[in-house]
Amino acid sequence: MAKKELKPSQIQAQIEAENAAALEALRKRREKEHRKMERSKGSNKQVGKSWKNDIGIFLFLTILGLFMLAPIYIAIVSSLKPVNEIFIMPPRLYAMDPTLDNFKDLFVVANNSWVPFSRNVFNSIFVTVAATLFHVVFACMAGFILAKCRFPGCRAINKIIVIALLFNSQVTYIMQYIVMANLGMINTYSALIFPLIASTMGLYLMIQSVGQIPDAMIEAAKVDGASLMRICWGIVMPNSKPALMTIIIFQFQAAWNSNGGSLVYDEALKTIPTVVQQIAAAGMARQGAIAASAVVLMIPPLAIFIAAQSNVMETMAHAGMKD
Amino acid sequence: MAAETQKKEILLPNERKMSFKEKWAYTRHEMKRNSMCYLMLLPFMIFFLFFTVIPVVMALPIGFTDFDMAHFPPKFIGFQNFYTMFLEDDVFIGSIRTTLIFAIFTGPLSYALSFFLAWLINELHPVLKTIFTLIFYAPSMAGNIYFVWQLIFSGDAYGYLNAVINELGFTTKAVQWLTDANYLLGCVIVVQLWVSMGAGFLAMRAGFQGIDKAMYEAGAIEGISNRWQELIFITIPSMGPQLMFAAVMQIVSSFTVDLVGRSLAGFPSTDYKAHTIMTHAFDYGWIRYEMGYASAICFVLFLAMLLCNQLISKVLGKYMN
Repeated sequence: MAKKELKPSQIQAQIEAENAAALEALRKRREKEHRKMERSKGSNKQVGKSWKNDIGIFLFLTILGLFMLAPIYIAIVSSLKPVNEIFIMPPRLYAMDPTLDNFKDLFVVANNSWVPFSRNVFNSIFVTVAATLFHVVFACMAGFILAKCRFPGCRAINKIIVIALLFNSQVTYIMQYIVMANLGMINTYSALIFPLIASTMGLYLMIQSVGQIPDAMIEAAKVDGASLMRICWGIVMPNSKPALMTIIIFQFQAAWNSNGGSLVYDEALKTIPTVVQQIAAAGMARQGAIAASAVVLMIPPLAIFIAAQSNVMETMAHAGMKD
Repeated sequence: MAAETQKKEILLPNERKMSFKEKWAYTRHEMKRNSMCYLMLLPFMIFFLFFTVIPVVMALPIGFTDFDMAHFPPKFIGFQNFYTMFLEDDVFIGSIRTTLIFAIFTGPLSYALSFFLAWLINELHPVLKTIFTLIFYAPSMAGNIYFVWQLIFSGDAYGYLNAVINELGFTTKAVQWLTDANYLLGCVIVVQLWVSMGAGFLAMRAGFQGIDKAMYEAGAIEGISNRWQELIFITIPSMGPQLMFAAVMQIVSSFTVDLVGRSLAGFPSTDYKAHTIMTHAFDYGWIRYEMGYASAICFVLFLAMLLCNQLISKVLGKYMN
């Protein structure tokens, strides 16, 4: 083969290009293996594993999964059925003529006595976003401090947090009402938002997750002269993205589904769950509206969970209690 | 454990024990030094104090009064509420029984189901894992989906379940699932199980996913011969913290079950069959506005949950070590 006469610089450039290409190929291969390993984490080659077992497990889970999904499926299908199909007996499991009429009625026509449904959707969104925002900001700061700092009272507060996991807002609802009545907050947006902000579960998950961050990182930042706020928001939080996503998801769900029906009696302040309950109380005649409102209630948390499921898994892996 | 019982303070030759004033001065100094910590804790703690701590702590004092939101200040009536609760209120005793039935059936059953399902899901392909986790977690997120269950369990011939039973020829008349005192608790338990795959289930799933595979290989070398042994000797001990977390979540939801019964069987339910302690408290709190009595009921519930939590901690703690 006739070799072209190359200058030394060109030879060097050629060698460097070949090296770069080889390194690139090696990196790609390693990344592919790494990704394959990550994906297969948790699926273990163990004693007694056979494909027959796998098929059996899959079938069993599918049957159970159908049972779990059936009511949700029925709700979605019912919301798409036009009026003439809702009362066909025996009930059909599919909509022959799917239509969005139920949703349109819900939003456009004021079929809920005094305010249109869109107002309730706005209320829900406002309350949920406010509650999630405040909760995430406060829980991040508090979680970082409780996980990594020692100060008088830190152990007592940690113990109280663990005990407070037992008292979710359902149980303390009545006494919360008394507190809020004495503070004059009944029938305002604060009555809906404030009880949701101090959710103990989010704080607990945050503490467990920040506890996983190596102390050395924080000490290095302290040595470099960072203030606590800077450490919290500049170093700790970017490293706990899974936990952040998880508490956002859990808080979103809790706030979106929270029924503050006894705390506000002004129709213009009610959120979607309360309205769904009210519509459901109207009985069989409103089947389409009930189904449509339930679907509107159900879709956002599901969508957000689907989008961030892997983050949730990673956080829950550290959510254990050691005592 | 031994070190805790004999707390001997080790003193250097030139040292003496700090007096109370000195300890207090040291604490104050530390508090001033860490003032930023307290500041960052403050926002959360304010809301936590007002909406979690104070309500819980207040349950007892209010339980000693006859507070009804209309008369202020409330009158102190001593143990009257507790006396009425345990000795005169038949519905409350019935609701304790109902709550215990719920707790015994749905609690351990849901816990075992979460564990079992998480174990099974862990065997699958990663994409299937994601899908099935979503499928089993979705009901607990689905909000107010109980109207569908009312459709299914509807008492006329058009309810889904009645229609299926009639088609299959088991009976010819419609069964009143949600209003017949014999069946309604069963229906509510089924729906409660359906809704209960929540945070505890996710924790179990994550726990299974995080078990070190080297342990399984070591176990296979040591001579573990089937999956059952592997489960008992390797899997469960590695998942201790997650099991504990899921147990606490399960206790909370078992003792405070209330919404499912109210939405499905009505408020009140036939013969008070689906009337749990929380439903009873709600009844007295929101329908009759007897907040004093409702607070007393909540206080009794808190005590029960705390005791149960301590019990479970001890049992699982022994097992974890």
